[in-house]
Amino acid sequence: MADLRVSFCGIEFKNPILTASGTFGFGREYAKYYDLSELGGVGPKGLTPVPRAGNPTPRAAETQSGMLNAIGLQNPGVDAFIRDELPFLRAFDTRVVANISANTAEEYGEMAAKLSDAGVDIIEVNVSCPNVRAGGMQFGVTAEGISSVTARAKQSSSVPIVVKLSPNVTDIAEMARAAEGAGADGLSLINTLLGMRINVKTRRPALANVTGGLSGPAVFPVAVRMIWQARSAVRLPIIGMGGVCSGEGAAELMLAGASLVAVGTASFIDPMAPIKIRDGLGRYMDENGFATPARLTGAVII
Amino acid sequence: MSNCVVTASRLIGKNIRSLSVRWAEKPPKPGQFVNIRADGAFLRRPISVCDYFDGTLTVVFEVRGEGTRALAQCVPGQLLDVLGPLGQGFQLPKSGDVLLVGGGAGSAPMLCAAKALSGRASVILGFRGAEHVVLDREIADAAREVYITTNDGSRGFKGFPTLLMPELLKKPYAAVFVCGPRPLMKAVAQIAKDFGIPCQVSLEERMACGVGACLVCVCKTRENGAETMRRICSDGPVFDAAEVIW
Ligand SMILES: Cc1cc2nc3c(=O)[nH]c(=O)nc-3n(C[C@H](O)[C@H](O)[C@H](O)COP(=O)(O)OP(=O)(O)OC[C@H]3O[C@@H](n4cnc5c(N)ncnc54)[C@H](O)[C@@H]3O)c2cc1C
Ligand SMILES: Cc1cc2nc3c(=O)[nH]c(=O)nc-3n(C[C@H](O)[C@H](O)[C@H](O)COP(=O)(O)O)c2cc1C
Ligand code: FES
Repeated sequence: MADLRVSFCGIEFKNPILTASGTFGFGREYAKYYDLSELGGVGPKGLTPVPRAGNPTPRAAETQSGMLNAIGLQNPGVDAFIRDELPFLRAFDTRVVANISANTAEEYGEMAAKLSDAGVDIIEVNVSCPNVRAGGMQFGVTAEGISSVTARAKQSSSVPIVVKLSPNVTDIAEMARAAEGAGADGLSLINTLLGMRINVKTRRPALANVTGGLSGPAVFPVAVRMIWQARSAVRLPIIGMGGVCSGEGAAELMLAGASLVAVGTASFIDPMAPIKIRDGLGRYMDENGFATPARLTGAVII
Repeated sequence: MSNCVVTASRLIGKNIRSLSVRWAEKPPKPGQFVNIRADGAFLRRPISVCDYFDGTLTVVFEVRGEGTRALAQCVPGQLLDVLGPLGQGFQLPKSGDVLLVGGGAGSAPMLCAAKALSGRASVILGFRGAEHVVLDREIADAAREVYITTNDGSRGFKGFPTLLMPELLKKPYAAVFVCGPRPLMKAVAQIAKDFGIPCQVSLEERMACGVGACLVCVCKTRENGAETMRRICSDGPVFDAAEVIW
């Protein structure tokens, strides 16, 4: 079986498979299904400076091969995460990629400082949540927004900063360059695509928040395209995500330019999805003569 | 998660079906649910456990949309992907009688509860009309007494299950359990409260993961004086009615 170890931003991962923020709680639930040490890394729910109750329900709607969600960043706040959740995750032999959202660049900086002191491995700066008014996509859809947040987080952190880009932009390359220019160590993409459903019987929106973020297999080709475009525009390593459901799907994001792959919505259908995807990736590499995951990254032939 | 063999699939009332599978996973407790993958539907469908006996798990569901329509097509012998048992079920009082109230498809978990209470359950089941009445005989076999109400009076008492509660609650009860449409649960919880009887409600909300990881299925509750958003799939679906903010 292929050696799945991979280095990302100077940190070694035992395999390229992570879980995507917001689809994995703080790890406790899926830890009942498998040993989290099997994963390359875990992505806990997005954190904010203070606790958030999130949006009213309904918070999800089904779509063709996917789903919309509008959770609204419900979370206990960064301090409670460090106190109550991080020790649980640190007990596993896996990397922790914390995910942060805030209202101002200063707040991003403060959270990055706290989390890097607390010993997470990587900080994923979320500038792409489509479901909150402040602190989400507002930063992620302009180059200036991305620059200011990235620079602040980078200044305050002793661990690598990965900027999670929004797919809800006209030119992803411009956003990737903004993050690189401001000192980001890596990129992560894609977050969810802004969408909407209407119940035709009641004529009301399917989500209480009216709009929500699309995830799952429906967004996969968009993820492949955007990872490839970002990879072509900058030198930063990439965590790819968006609709991955199989080892081949993970391999495809890597061929497009990802070094690591996060699995999100697929876990809702099959709790074992991240493990099956890891194994499927190993099989793909064996069958196709890739000795290490790094060889796959960006290996699309164009 | 497991691929279970379907052992029975039957129409038992107007648009209401019962579906049984061979079950080798953990035995479910009353009030717990399973999350079933239906052909053609992306997300799983949460359905309460109606009955579990001797390695057979049964759910009873109303055919509503795409997912339940697909489940209605299941035939004995085929495989079905069923995740569970999930969630926190009813807390059975150690002694005393329990009043169970089920509305429509919410009657399903009451069979499981009545069986577990072995003879300590009084049950009120409410349905739209006579052709919607299901599980009345099965529950009657397990409970001490069963009353039926229908909205149109075509069977049993005319009205909602709440109609019968004041009379029944003259006798002492250790608890009230309710599952059904939200307005019914709210009304039942209020009457139980007026009589000073603890009430447990089984809530419903759209779900994605079903295991507590995505925060899609939350409800507002009061815990030790503080308002919290709790997950119906993993902190519930059964909650102490006193904690629910309706
Ligand atoms: C814990 C729990 C236990 C349940 N137990 C039963 C039961 O024993 N018998 C029964 O008939 N029904 C039960 N339900 C409701 C059942 O889940 C829905 O009727 C079913 O999901 C509808 O799916 P559909 O594809 O037919 O409808 P659609 O309207 O096509 O479904 C679209 C989406 O909305 C979701 N959805 C629609 N209605 C509901 C609802 N009422 N609750 C939650 N999600 C919904 C679906 O899961 C799907 O994701 C339960 C729900 C929960 C949360
Ligand atoms: C229910 C849900 C909650 C999410 N919450 C977050 C979040 O808190 N922070 C974040 O950066 N991304 C969040 N995401 C986006 C995912 O991390 C991921 O980028 C996206 O879902 C695409 O991957 P997938 O198709 O594999 O799910 C969430 C996605 C879902 C479905
Ligand atoms: S459905 Fe995911 S937390 Fe309840």
